[in-house]
Amino acid sequence: MLKEFTKGFIKENPVFIIVLGLCPALGVSTKVVNSIGMGAGVIFVLLGSNIFVSLLKNFIPEKVRIPAYIVIIASFVTIVEMVMEAFIPALYDSLGVFVPLIVVNCVILGRAEAFANKNTVKASILDALGMGLGFTLALIIIALVREVFGLGTITLFPIGNFNGVIEIPGLIDSPVRVFALAAGALLVMGFLKALFTWIEDIRRVKQ
Amino acid sequence: MSYIGIIITFVFINNFILTQFLGLCPFIGVSKNVESAVGMGFAVTFVMALASIASWVIYHYVLIPLDIVFLQTISFILVIAALVQFVELVIQKISPALYKALGIFLPLITTNCAVLGIALINVRNDYNALESFIAGIAAGLGFLLAILLMSTIRVKLDSEWIPKPFRGIPIAFITGGLMALAFMAFDNALLNNLLG
Repeated sequence: MLKEFTKGFIKENPVFIIVLGLCPALGVSTKVVNSIGMGAGVIFVLLGSNIFVSLLKNFIPEKVRIPAYIVIIASFVTIVEMVMEAFIPALYDSLGVFVPLIVVNCVILGRAEAFANKNTVKASILDALGMGLGFTLALIIIALVREVFGLGTITLFPIGNFNGVIEIPGLIDSPVRVFALAAGALLVMGFLKALFTWIEDIRRVKQ
Repeated sequence: MSYIGIIITFVFINNFILTQFLGLCPFIGVSKNVESAVGMGFAVTFVMALASIASWVIYHYVLIPLDIVFLQTISFILVIAALVQFVELVIQKISPALYKALGIFLPLITTNCAVLGIALINVRNDYNALESFIAGIAAGLGFLLAILLMSTIRVKLDSEWIPKPFRGIPIAFITGGLMALAFMAFDNALLNNLLG
């Protein structure tokens, strides 16, 4: 059972290994805080959709299952949209169009189709949490690389006196701007994917 | 904004793939050869143009009068799913040849972020019906341009030696990144110079 939870972190990481959900992974990863917000939204939607798909798997007719999944997912996305807009409007604005676009995040539909409609509710919950955390982890890694090099900062949530921005000495004055731009996102993703492929290869040779 | 401005913006300056990261999955997945890239590009353009119009009608004649704008995301994705299904049926009936060329790409398009993306962006930009339609076509053409360029580069890459971990998807991303660097030449200053 625990394997359903941990497989999403590295072995079947949705972004780096299966290569799904790329648009939000690159689109919002300019700042670490955006990645965390996006990840939280995706975890919530994934959890909701996996639970409902798994509960309803015997009632949804085979032929209309995809539209049915999309309706379930879109309902949860609407909840996320409303909650985010009401309570964290700054994050909602910086994520922009990518919040409603969680609907077409292939990770969520992929888990509904590949896992939740064949497994129990309990396994689906673990799967959703694992995959969601794996997705968030991937987003944070991409954002860390892009923000540290591209802006020379690490932006987190402001708590008390801490304003939420960690400045990296040296890089803050002369950051490598291209990392923060669109081109940088694609380049970083390419090199990170190559890194993961390389690690995977080494592990396979060792076994 | 003028219509030409919208076209230049969506094809070059805000190219959906290379600057907005919408529609990356087919950009990486379906760009291995030129033929399927072109097929996918045209299928996406066609659906995006129709989806722009359909979502505009739904938004202005259903969601606003009934005051249910919060159902925007659900209604748009359902409209797009229905539209894709409908287009598939129509093409299959009218032109089997075209169906053969585009058919396999159509089901993939429902979950393409670019299509839902253009519907949402049109609403955010407050475009009227014609502007939405033009933006839909232009964004589709931008997608077509990017995926076509990508596929021709990848065909050439096939005959080159590439370090093993970079083969396949990683080198595709890096190629995309270099293309995005080139597209940075198109910015708003260019638009202002062109249109005064």
